[in-house]
Amino acid sequence: MSVRKAALRVVEVVVVLLLVSFGTFLLVSLTPGDPAVAILGEGRAPEEYAAVRQQLGLDEPLFSRYVDWLGSALTGDLGTSLVPPYSDVADRIGAALPVSLQLAVMSLVIAVVISIPLAMWSAYRAGGRVDRMISALSFGILSVPSFLAGLLLILVFVNQLGWLPRAEWSRISEGLGPNLYHAILPALAIALMETATFTRILRNDLIGTLQEDFILSARAKGMGAVHVLVSDALRPSSFSLLTMMGISLGRLIGSTVVVEYLFALPGMGTLIIRSADAGDFVMVQGAVLVIAVIYVVVNGLIDLSYGYLDPRIRRAHV
Amino acid sequence: MTDTELLADRPRPAAGAPLLEVRDLRTTLRTARGPLTAVDGVSFTLARGETLGIVGESGSGKSVLGRTVMGLHRTGPRTEVAGSVRFEGRDVHAMPSSELRSLWGGRIGMVFQDPMTALNPVKKAGRHVEETLREHQSLGRAAAQRRVEELFDLVGIPDPRRRVGQYPHELSGGMRQRVVIAMALANDPALLIADEPTTALDVTVQRQILDLLDRLQAELGMAVILISHNLGVVAGRADRVAVMYAGRLVEHADAVTLFRAPRHRYTAALLEAIPRLEQAPHLRLEAIEGSPPDMVAPPSGCRFAPRCRFAQDDCRESSPALTDPQGGDHAFACHHPVSPTAREGVR
Amino acid sequence: MSELVDLSTPAVDDPGQLPPAPEKAPGRLRGALFTAVGGIGLLAALLALGNRGWVQLLAVVVAAVVLYLGAANLCRLRFGTDFDLMAWLCGAWLVLLVGAAILAPALPLPEHQDLSRAITEPTMARPNLLTDHPLGTNNFGLDLLGRVVYGARASLVVSIGAVLIALVVGGAVGIVAGYFRRVTDVVVGMVTNSLLAVPPLVLLIALATVLEPTLRNIALALSLLALPSMIRMARANTLSFAQREFVVAAKAMGASAPRVMLRELLPNVLLPLASYAMVMISVLIVAEASLSFLGLGIQAPEPSWGNMIAEGQGDEFKEHPHIVLVPGTVLFLTVYSFNLLGERARQRFDARSARM
Repeated sequence: MSVRKAALRVVEVVVVLLLVSFGTFLLVSLTPGDPAVAILGEGRAPEEYAAVRQQLGLDEPLFSRYVDWLGSALTGDLGTSLVPPYSDVADRIGAALPVSLQLAVMSLVIAVVISIPLAMWSAYRAGGRVDRMISALSFGILSVPSFLAGLLLILVFVNQLGWLPRAEWSRISEGLGPNLYHAILPALAIALMETATFTRILRNDLIGTLQEDFILSARAKGMGAVHVLVSDALRPSSFSLLTMMGISLGRLIGSTVVVEYLFALPGMGTLIIRSADAGDFVMVQGAVLVIAVIYVVVNGLIDLSYGYLDPRIRRAHV
Repeated sequence: MTDTELLADRPRPAAGAPLLEVRDLRTTLRTARGPLTAVDGVSFTLARGETLGIVGESGSGKSVLGRTVMGLHRTGPRTEVAGSVRFEGRDVHAMPSSELRSLWGGRIGMVFQDPMTALNPVKKAGRHVEETLREHQSLGRAAAQRRVEELFDLVGIPDPRRRVGQYPHELSGGMRQRVVIAMALANDPALLIADEPTTALDVTVQRQILDLLDRLQAELGMAVILISHNLGVVAGRADRVAVMYAGRLVEHADAVTLFRAPRHRYTAALLEAIPRLEQAPHLRLEAIEGSPPDMVAPPSGCRFAPRCRFAQDDCRESSPALTDPQGGDHAFACHHPVSPTAREGVR
Repeated sequence: MSELVDLSTPAVDDPGQLPPAPEKAPGRLRGALFTAVGGIGLLAALLALGNRGWVQLLAVVVAAVVLYLGAANLCRLRFGTDFDLMAWLCGAWLVLLVGAAILAPALPLPEHQDLSRAITEPTMARPNLLTDHPLGTNNFGLDLLGRVVYGARASLVVSIGAVLIALVVGGAVGIVAGYFRRVTDVVVGMVTNSLLAVPPLVLLIALATVLEPTLRNIALALSLLALPSMIRMARANTLSFAQREFVVAAKAMGASAPRVMLRELLPNVLLPLASYAMVMISVLIVAEASLSFLGLGIQAPEPSWGNMIAEGQGDEFKEHPHIVLVPGTVLFLTVYSFNLLGERARQRFDARSARM
């Protein structure tokens, strides 16, 4: 991708982020009720409320408040929580983010690792019994919302078999083994829908690729089935997998949030939902901003990497 | 050089048992409109080192024939193959997959029509050839890579070391085809099937590629089946020529005889259709009227009859068999063939 | 491995739609046998195995699968190999569901919402088709069948309402953006991209922080989810249609911009938009269920499938999983049906569009 195009993309990302941050800020200023009352409780003197409001900067015009907030956000200060224990928003997010990131990455890896062989098998004997079974199963699985999938997994593995835990977590710093023990079930819950989607898309793409002449050419060289699938068919199709991963990122984040809450894990999901429930809009604002930034940046990176990975596009600019 | 002189220079094919024996081959494909018999009872033999040209228009079934001979079309859910193909004495269609795989790229190589689509666009040129080398000969990576460079050199690719690391879209059409040829030859096959090897190339490059194939054949002593819709491609390059129409061979003779004295009306018409410099200017082109029959429901009787100026009732009623009435090796399937004493410019 | 190189099939446009390999005509005997065994098994499981929890569930599932395979066989024999039994079943389910939702007040359902009236009812009763509470009761004694039906009302009203809002607003904005292009288009594009920059559920949660969870607000919030895609679809279709002659002709005859957009573009853009809307409904149903599950959507005791699942997911989940499984199954069946029908509709009417 040329420098000019990349620069344009970066500008686009920045503009979008500004709009998102402003939107979040605007949204939150629509909170019903008076935050001063929420903090101090009812029945206090008007001056006390006024003092709190001034402290929170609520008496300034909207736009200057936004600029202030954005300024502090860029330096890493996202404000203080409105509810006890009044922790620093950035600190809480910093603690919660690694948990969510780990779950998201794990599910993505699981989804990719499982969907590739399934899709290859389906495409290889397209229309056959295995293909139809896998298709039907995938379709069924992607009709199960992630929280329901999580509950079903809990039903089997936690309640009935007792193999895995729920509502417990240990950090990687405390040891990889225990960490994986706690992470595998939620990651699986998130991964199910993604796996089903990836399998379907990849299967369709592979079937298309398998019709190409160079596949015939490879077969006529005497190359075996597995080799042709992996070495010849998978490469061109992997680009659509990459696209798919980018598109499903939003859904992935949503699933992570819900599943975390379901398993009561100390991640961004639980943080955001509890704060939303308590009306702690400062926390919600900060969390939404962080998530949006990550989402937009990752999407942008995927776009850029496309141009780099596909040799046809890459070499054209050399 | 005239075609005859070119032919005289060709190395004679080796004596002994035929390399390839095709007997009454029939390939039926299942399509949305019904079963389509693309190859309908084709028989021929090929000796070691011999070049057979198969000529026919689009839809004649020549590509399907090439692939069936190789075994790429086999009896399966959508295909039915009847008859026999014996390569080096073994029945190709009775072989298990594993044996067939050692044949493909090993004893038989195939060159495809469009080199751009025959190569994987996200795979380097050298890798294509390296793969087949390592598959059929247990070469280590370094040895294989050296051999790839040698092969690139053999097929006339300049600066092979650099080309090996390039992607297909970085090579010209002619060079890509050379890569495809290198791929087909890598394991020193006994038979090379070239399916329209020059159709997708510029005219100037076409001749280079055909010359290359000639040279390689002489050096490596392999048999070649050269499939084309273009008579010019086959002339001067083949020992024997078979003309295919609507799934059947209509004439089969050695090249000189076929070009000089064709017997089947279709062959004659094909030759007539070629414009010649010696002809007077502003003459009408002698195109063959009509179009090939629908192979889902081919006509009974001679399949060329609907388009033949010389067709008579018996042509439409009964299908002529491919034979040589004089017991020689010039076979044709025509009830009312061209007179044997005619010369070029026959009417 | 010849199938891989079987070149007889011409390159198909939609690789997901390869013509199926010819199956031997499904045996009548086999079809009948499967149907009979499946049908009897299903009845037996539902009626005779009440209160046996897992055994019953397993038996029901196995019997249902066998019954389906047999019935599909017989239907293909009777109506031709193109007959899609699953699509019909999904359609039937949706009709049943919508019908029940509409007729809910008129149906003889036990108490589903008012706790004071449910005091005398058994709590956490297992589903048993032969009792007063065919699908069991929840932790407060409220009947699950009633709750599922009323939950359907809420979920469907909100989701369909949201899709309609998105269709109308998104369609209008998309057509305007596609017609006027330049500045309008750029602005619309930026707003759309900003909406898309926040992952959907996170957006919903953020909105839920500030808005009261009324049905109207929930529908509006959900419509924001569907809005960007509707705008894009409408815009893309408008762009392609605007080049066509009938639009140029209308303009040449002096038609004003609103008239061109309304009379020429809108009718053409509507069909692809509507088929996309069908697919969006299932997405929104899941979104609403997720929101209610998190406690941010429809509030208990008013039932929604999401909050019903939330009720059952705590400590009682271990001993009484049916509180989760009943609404969960209904949710799954509904989403599955919408997905399947949407997919079939797209295959038929919109074959070129994105398969994603």
